[in-house]
Amino acid sequence: MSQGKFIERVLLFLALSAIGCLALITIFIFKEGMPLIWHTGLTDFLFSSHWAPTRGHFGIGAMIISSLLVTLGALVLGVPLGLACAIILAEFSPPRLKTILKPTLELLAGIPSVVYGFLGVIWLVPLIRDHLGGPGLSLLAGAVILGIMILPTVVSISIDALGAVPDLYRDGSMALGATQWQTVRRVVLPAASSGIVTAIILGMGRAVGETMAVIMVAGNALKIPTSILDPVRTLTSNIALELGYASGRHREALFATGIVLFVIIMILNLSATLITRRR
Amino acid sequence: MRLDPRISQTLAKTVLWAFTAITLMILVFIIINIAVKGLPQLTPQFLTQNPEDMGRAGGIFSCIVATVYITVLAIVLASPLGVGTAIYLTEYTLESRITRVIRFGAECLAGVPSIILGLFGFVLFVMKLGFGWSVLSGGLTLAIMVLPTIIRTSEEAIKAVPQEYRQVCLSLGLSQWQTITRIVLPSALPGITTGIMLSVGRSIGETAVLLFTAGAALRTPLSLFDSGRTMAVHFYILAREGLSMPNAYGTAAILVISILLINLTAYTLMQRLMKRYS
Repeated sequence: MSQGKFIERVLLFLALSAIGCLALITIFIFKEGMPLIWHTGLTDFLFSSHWAPTRGHFGIGAMIISSLLVTLGALVLGVPLGLACAIILAEFSPPRLKTILKPTLELLAGIPSVVYGFLGVIWLVPLIRDHLGGPGLSLLAGAVILGIMILPTVVSISIDALGAVPDLYRDGSMALGATQWQTVRRVVLPAASSGIVTAIILGMGRAVGETMAVIMVAGNALKIPTSILDPVRTLTSNIALELGYASGRHREALFATGIVLFVIIMILNLSATLITRRR
Repeated sequence: MRLDPRISQTLAKTVLWAFTAITLMILVFIIINIAVKGLPQLTPQFLTQNPEDMGRAGGIFSCIVATVYITVLAIVLASPLGVGTAIYLTEYTLESRITRVIRFGAECLAGVPSIILGLFGFVLFVMKLGFGWSVLSGGLTLAIMVLPTIIRTSEEAIKAVPQEYRQVCLSLGLSQWQTITRIVLPSALPGITTGIMLSVGRSIGETAVLLFTAGAALRTPLSLFDSGRTMAVHFYILAREGLSMPNAYGTAAILVISILLINLTAYTLMQRLMKRYS
């Protein structure tokens, strides 16, 4: 085999590492978690809210609902703020401001999630407790912190989507006498819609998968919330809180929780990829 | 009723600017809060003493060592894989089914939440392979976490190197591999470094993965098989158990400052590379 051919083989082998890791992760998570799902039954596991792992009850219904509600709350807060930021920076702000603010926002994506969680505990939780009632550690607190955490993702991808719309579209619309806002709303936003949807989906993925910040502010109670001031436990929190001491069936149940989370995330990522590819 | 277009434009702009201002204020608040409360804690003693009394007293020296140890290990493991993948994708293949599969794998891997990686590292490295809660288990799992970042940035950097460079090399009789190692990689180095620095930033701030792979021992880790508590894990434990607010703020300040500096450098490097070739 020639040297060139050999190098190519080695590089191909390296290149398969990412997909190999993904396969390993999938195999191990499923192998560890599936036995419990067979044992409990898929419907009981997904829809029962009775989680008492030491007594053999493994239902994660309440956590699925909590995860979805916290994520929904995060989107309600994060998407309007992030989208507004992106529209201002891409369409209305002076270029100088954009060159400063865009990197600043992206740098902030690097702030670790534990720091967000910590500030949530120090500032947000007491605020909610004193002014709205309840224990403070709540669905609302989790949603607000996650909403802030997904901002950099939403802003940065939306700006790129808006930036990819050709200037011809804007010029054409303005030449027809539309105001700048009409142009943005009727021409630029629809043209950038698939990119913006991708931004929202990826933000959603980040919110569903986030662990540390949510554990710190959401209260981790094991029940279906009836108000936004109730404490909730998400899928991610459940794994992180109990993995340290779980064994046997209990540990399998945590991996099974991981499977559900993994499937949700993969569906989100796949839809983001498909939407981007269609563009 | 229809609003006058100019009035609705003013309205919309006001709302959008207000939202933008809120976003910026939140982010500025975070930075200022950490800086004001954290910076006064950063004395030389805090950085050079080991934690005492579970972190209530003393500094964070052993946590700094653990963080550096695990981060370096992750980067050393992930960089050859990531850069190799990028070279293969850009220099050795045209768009085909295999490149699509590889890219798709990297994209999916990038989206896997850190708690899932933590579960995986825990079952494979800690339990099955018997590495225990250790620097090795933590470093291996973090390497998987940062691999997609290194692949993506290296690929962009290598693509940014003008095609003429390659043509000239090949026409001078260099082999493809010589062209890559002598010309393409050196030209793409700033971009590749960017990816690696972003990965360092992510590793430093990661908690969920390390809690279940590297453990939380407060001793300074010496061998690869020692458990080590990184700064982010230490900060999480201090904050959650309410052990010491001043020490928590101090640790947060170190974390945020180092990550922002690293990301800033990475960003500047990338800008410079893009300017050079565009």
